[in-house]
Amino acid sequence: MCTLEKRGRLFLLKLTGDGEHRLNPTLLDNIRSAITQIRSDPSSSQSVLITTSDGKFFSNGYDLALAASDPPLRAVMAAKLQSLVADLISLPMPTIAAVTGHASAAGFLLAMSHDYILMRRDRGFLYMSELDIELVLPAWFMSMIRMKVVSPAAKRDVALTAEKITADRGLEMGIVDSSHGSAGETVEAAVKLGEEIVRRGADGHVYGRMRETLLREVLHAIGSNESASNGVRNSGSKL
Amino acid sequence: MCTLEKRGRLFLLKLTGDGEHRLNPTLLDNLRSAITQIRSDPSSSQSVLITTSDGKFFSNGYDLALAASDPPLRALMAAKLRSLVADLISLPMPTIAAVTGHASAAGFLLAMSHDYILMRRDRGFLYMSELDIELVLPAWFVAMIRMKVASPAARRDVALTAEKITADRGLEMGIVDSRHGSAAETVEAAVKLGEEIVRRGADGHVYGRMRETLLREVLHAIGSNESASNGVRNSGSKL
Repeated sequence: MCTLEKRGRLFLLKLTGDGEHRLNPTLLDNIRSAITQIRSDPSSSQSVLITTSDGKFFSNGYDLALAASDPPLRAVMAAKLQSLVADLISLPMPTIAAVTGHASAAGFLLAMSHDYILMRRDRGFLYMSELDIELVLPAWFMSMIRMKVVSPAAKRDVALTAEKITADRGLEMGIVDSSHGSAGETVEAAVKLGEEIVRRGADGHVYGRMRETLLREVLHAIGSNESASNGVRNSGSKL
Repeated sequence: MCTLEKRGRLFLLKLTGDGEHRLNPTLLDNLRSAITQIRSDPSSSQSVLITTSDGKFFSNGYDLALAASDPPLRALMAAKLRSLVADLISLPMPTIAAVTGHASAAGFLLAMSHDYILMRRDRGFLYMSELDIELVLPAWFVAMIRMKVASPAARRDVALTAEKITADRGLEMGIVDSRHGSAAETVEAAVKLGEEIVRRGADGHVYGRMRETLLREVLHAIGSNESASNGVRNSGSKL
């Protein structure tokens, strides 16, 4: 489902296998465990997280087939994703999404929950598919879009036209930080960026607190969405 | 005052006559009736609204002369415009403003209340005139400006310098989506864009709900402004 590897100061979180990496409860729990492991690593405040995936997909969103067969699971997946995103927002280290496959709906949201998006340009797209499948985007998704997509036209195109956004288009729109020739090159570039960031030597705990403040509208929207406030938000305070 | 025409799946709302199309209570009521008519059309969830005008003006704003002669009407016009804009934000279809003349103050706001702004480039400008006529912009106008004008410099120029914004400048600032050689060409382009959007086949009700979420700060600011909560907000839910 996912693996966690350490390479020097870099944490590599990979969604494994050739499937769609649908964000079902199991995968979400696995990813959250990985994040917990990262936090408890003693060198974490001088590290960087890189999230990537095997195969054709970064993630194709929630497991809608599962939700159709067992409707209460829809709310469970939503709650677990909100918790994961809140965790990523408060993570005491910079985060890079190396998008080497399609990222749709909640999968696109997951990519946007990282500080940097590096993407392959030869194939794959970012796709807020909800309009096409007649689901209304939750307010907290919209909040993330508002924070990560600046121009009004681009916001409109992401949310209201369900555009399939290639890396180069994503670059134009300011969603993607850099585009690369292949999956391999994208991960390589993410590793290079990660090492560069580590060299800057910033304190991860301070970084995480700053990011929480920068993205506080998103955290607020997530908080308002949570019925049972069981989302563990470890702000990794240095105190 | 205004006419409503249906062309295939496109609704064409036109502010008629050669005057300034000042947003007085009567015109605002006419516009709101037209919107109500549109909502009740059975094919509305697969349609697009295009708003345009005759003559030299898209709209020159509130009827300030009327307000000077009868001060309570100022608050009345403001309430009716808030209600109209809330209606436009929740409208279950994409909206295009084909700006073929000057749009000042509340008129500029009305244009910005649409998803797309197409504008003629040979004459006419968008003009947030309030600074020049010594009126303070209401908070909800500013909320709309924040959502529709991305860069800090552009927001400053719109709100605090009362710049007269031509189509070309509007394009630069990201307020205008495309500009065209004449009034007729602008309307033609709007029709073409409308037809393209219709072809995509997205569900209007979902679209409307998404837009409400995207622009919820504006709706919130509108709501906070209303003393008597009599603004009817039909979110056109599919349920």
